[in-house]
Amino acid sequence: MKGAVLWLAIVAAGVATFAIKLVGHLLPRHWLAKPPVARVAALVTVALLSALVAVQAATSNGRVVLDARVAGLAAAAVALVVRAPFVVVVLVAAVVTALLRWAGLP
Amino acid sequence: MRQALSVAVATGLYGVSFGALSVVAGLDVWQTMALSLVMFSGGSQFAFIGVAGSGGSPGAAIATAALVGVRNALYGPQVAPLVEARGAHRLLAAQLTIDESTAVGTAQRDPTAARVGFWWTGAGVFLLWNVFTLLGALLGGAAGDPRRYGLDAAAAAAFLGLVWPRLADRAAQVVAGAAVVVALATTPVLPSGVPVLLAAGLAVLVGVLWRPDGAGVPRAVAARVSSERRSP
Repeated sequence: MKGAVLWLAIVAAGVATFAIKLVGHLLPRHWLAKPPVARVAALVTVALLSALVAVQAATSNGRVVLDARVAGLAAAAVALVVRAPFVVVVLVAAVVTALLRWAGLP
Repeated sequence: MRQALSVAVATGLYGVSFGALSVVAGLDVWQTMALSLVMFSGGSQFAFIGVAGSGGSPGAAIATAALVGVRNALYGPQVAPLVEARGAHRLLAAQLTIDESTAVGTAQRDPTAARVGFWWTGAGVFLLWNVFTLLGALLGGAAGDPRRYGLDAAAAAAFLGLVWPRLADRAAQVVAGAAVVVALATTPVLPSGVPVLLAAGLAVLVGVLWRPDGAGVPRAVAARVSSERRSP
């Protein structure tokens, strides 16, 4: 994706996410406040974010690749366990991965 | 209001990582700012640049961002009675309806405190999120080769940080594990971006079939906000 196509996708995705927020404000309360709806929505978020973790950490160009990123991610998990703030978690992953690459790992 | 401001600062700060990672994923500064201003929902924004950056189609990027944002629709019925907004105000309230503002607003006992909590958190996060996105985008543009600085791993860690507070109950943990397996197993055979959507389909299936302890959105969000409040 580049240029005009990328812009178009950004605008379309922005409009879609705003429309989703607005729907919640406009629909009658009892339509969305059902436990099964809430459960499915929560699980969809979990599934998408978890799949994105995996794709971002362990794939390159359509292949599964295990490299320094996985170690960086493990370090981030440790940071989360000790309740580090979000920015620190992200930084820890970057620093550990960068150091391992500097030491010669792919 | 103090709670609103501390949540706004903590959340706004990680706009730096979004801005930097967005530029690294191939968006320019304007496109990055458009996402933070118009989309304004951290999970959806990270999802969009994650799919776009790994060569996914426009359709896959839009669908993933929208699906990650679906939970915001469920916040509306909780927020609308608190703010009782009409007309343009209602549009503004909808745009500011995110994890943090909903959690702070619904956590207040008194109606006035709930209204104040929602608006201050929403507006505070909006302002700081965009300021720090710009800062991050400018920093990310100066970084050079993203792999050298481990920024590809940072993107993975960002998703991990977003999903972490939502893994409190069993169903969520099972779905997370299955999503990882499905995404990795199908990556070699499906176009980029599709494995992630497939994982969402799986979650719908599990959510419909599995009727257990009630994996509630508010609980996950409450956990997230309280964990952010604990951080310095």
